[in-house]
Amino acid sequence: MKKMKKVVCLGLISAMMLSAFAGCGKKDSGSDVIRIGGTGPLTGDASVYGQAAKRGAEIAVEEINALGGLQFELNYQDDTHDTEKAVNAYNVLKDWDVQISLGSVTTNPCIATAAETYADRIFALTPSASSTDVTKGKDNMFQMCFADPNQGSASAQYINDKQLGTKIAIIYKNDDAYSTGIYETFMDKAAALGINVVSTTTFNTDSQNDFSVQLNDAKNAGADLVFLPMYYQAAALILDQAKKMNYAPKFFGVDGMDGILTLEGFDTTLAEGVMLLTPFSADATDEKTVNFVTKYQEKHNEIPNQFAADAYDCVYAIYEACKKGEVTADMSAEEICDIMIAQFTTMSFDGLTGAGMTWGTNGEVTKAPKGMVIQNGVYVGLD
Amino acid sequence: MKGKKTLNKTSKNNFITMGGLLLVYVIVLILKEGGITTNLINGQLVPICAYMIMAISLNLTVGILGELSLGHAGFMSVGAFGGVFVGTLMQEVSDSKVLCLLVAVIAGGLMAAVAGLLIGVPVLRLRGDYLAIVTLAFGQIIKSIVNILYVGLDSEGLHVSFIEKCEVLDDGKLIISGAMGATGIRKLSTFTFAFIVLVVCLIVIFNLIQSRTGRAIMALRDNRIAAESVGINVTKYKLLVFSISAAMAGMAGTVFAYNYSTVAPTKFDFNTSILVLVFVVLGGLGSIRGSLIAAALLTLLPELLREFSDYRMLVYAIVLILVMLGTNNPKIRDFFAKMFARKKTAKEENANG
Repeated sequence: MKKMKKVVCLGLISAMMLSAFAGCGKKDSGSDVIRIGGTGPLTGDASVYGQAAKRGAEIAVEEINALGGLQFELNYQDDTHDTEKAVNAYNVLKDWDVQISLGSVTTNPCIATAAETYADRIFALTPSASSTDVTKGKDNMFQMCFADPNQGSASAQYINDKQLGTKIAIIYKNDDAYSTGIYETFMDKAAALGINVVSTTTFNTDSQNDFSVQLNDAKNAGADLVFLPMYYQAAALILDQAKKMNYAPKFFGVDGMDGILTLEGFDTTLAEGVMLLTPFSADATDEKTVNFVTKYQEKHNEIPNQFAADAYDCVYAIYEACKKGEVTADMSAEEICDIMIAQFTTMSFDGLTGAGMTWGTNGEVTKAPKGMVIQNGVYVGLD
Repeated sequence: MKGKKTLNKTSKNNFITMGGLLLVYVIVLILKEGGITTNLINGQLVPICAYMIMAISLNLTVGILGELSLGHAGFMSVGAFGGVFVGTLMQEVSDSKVLCLLVAVIAGGLMAAVAGLLIGVPVLRLRGDYLAIVTLAFGQIIKSIVNILYVGLDSEGLHVSFIEKCEVLDDGKLIISGAMGATGIRKLSTFTFAFIVLVVCLIVIFNLIQSRTGRAIMALRDNRIAAESVGINVTKYKLLVFSISAAMAGMAGTVFAYNYSTVAPTKFDFNTSILVLVFVVLGGLGSIRGSLIAAALLTLLPELLREFSDYRMLVYAIVLILVMLGTNNPKIRDFFAKMFARKKTAKEENANG
């Protein structure tokens, strides 16, 4: 009997391998739909962002398909926030004959896949990979989010213009490309504007649970504003620990801070008075945002963050460009790519994350950052 | 005379491994050129070669020398960033892609060997668990250093800085940019090139194991005190193996980095070290052929399991456990041993008849 079991086990494994091999073959998904593919971390530490982007894009595709006319098919592949896996995931999409790419959700993987889409002449629009290295030197790579330099210098400019603080402390994550990217451009701008930065401290993935050293450094230096260019999970801990040590400066975040109010188990009173620059706020009352947020909540029982909104906008921007450029499903990826580049560099797009967005030939988006402050648990415009 | 002509058992085994590898290479190349393999498989060929080199080089330390190292990805990192750095400099001098890559790989290997030597001197005084822990720490240290390292190149020359980004003129660029790692790498690695590096490493390892040095190393592994008593210099041989192993990991790192347009320091973390160790353990300690097969299969497996979408890594773990149980099961081992034995006797009979 024991032997039988093993045979069965081995049989199962080989069957699995076989089915997986068979799955590699090209899929015929019909010629009347435009195939859109993207990669993102659907599993692992960064899965929050990948899942959000995937869900946002799914909602947009459903809405567009319901309209009739152009039909889209969406395929999101897991890249576990790793460049190697991202290229694998992209190759899976290529085997699926992807026509338009949504790039990758996170920065480093997107730099890797952007090189691939550039070489293969497939148009790519990333929802949230914000480094300039993503778009540099590639004419068919576009971004929906702010590029890092824009965020860093916009934050410095904003803090300076509004006189939000006199002594600034910065805490950033030095093994994260997003966080260091913003930090560097913030420092460049701060030096140019003469902002007084009194404390600069770092943390990394292995040490993102205790911030007492960093906060004490900022407190001892007498900082009255702490700049937090990081994602919201770490920021939530910082807010909590600052409160425990009776340190109450102003906190200023960037778009990665968005989502803090929906973090499970987070006491939203801690975020009271936190300022952030973000292109999207789930509490906005315009029709588009309300529609998106309700749909998202119905399906996934949580409030969408900026990644979901960016991906949603991406699909709609592609839809608009396809309509204007008269893209049809039987076109090759190269043909679509040329049309999309022409459309994106000339069109203006209104979405959830901004109105009148335009794209330069370098692929970077121009839209106005919104300064938000958290009051009574909701975002309120700063201006 | 006769004794010279007939190969000993190990040599024969080595030739089988080499021949098999060459055969697989030719088949894959034909399939690839014929457009039969999918993009997914084509994209994995270079990383598989790189991981194979990683696996055999770690097998040298763990299987042949018998010292557990948990920081092997650190050497890969040194090789990757060192190789990219030298390769970028080469780009300024020469237009030849192959030359550029060749110099980069050699430089990556040398840099990793130096790192291996530097780390080896203090570390190899320790044994067993202690050595494992310290190699783990060194792996982390390398990762952290590359994480804050900035190297820029412009018309004024080289700029190197730590923690703060160095200023680079507009005509230059940052070759290594802290946590971002190296970006804008030209994709130079090809399957054939990666395969040649792999074969070179294999030849070195096979010859090393069969040499006088190799026997000394294995004697150290089997009984250190006895080996020392017959005059084998422990430190010398340990350092030798450690730096050769590091050099190969460095070469693998360069080949790997040149297959992607970007490579980040966090890629070469503890998990990668463990992954390579899994290749070695699964393939069998000291078995070079096993390491090669395990590296190839385990690199492909997670991609082939994409059908399972979100449950992919769970299935991967289950498959790993099953394979481990399976290969360690005496009955299954006997089964394979018998099968091979039967084939052999059948062959011999044929030859006689």
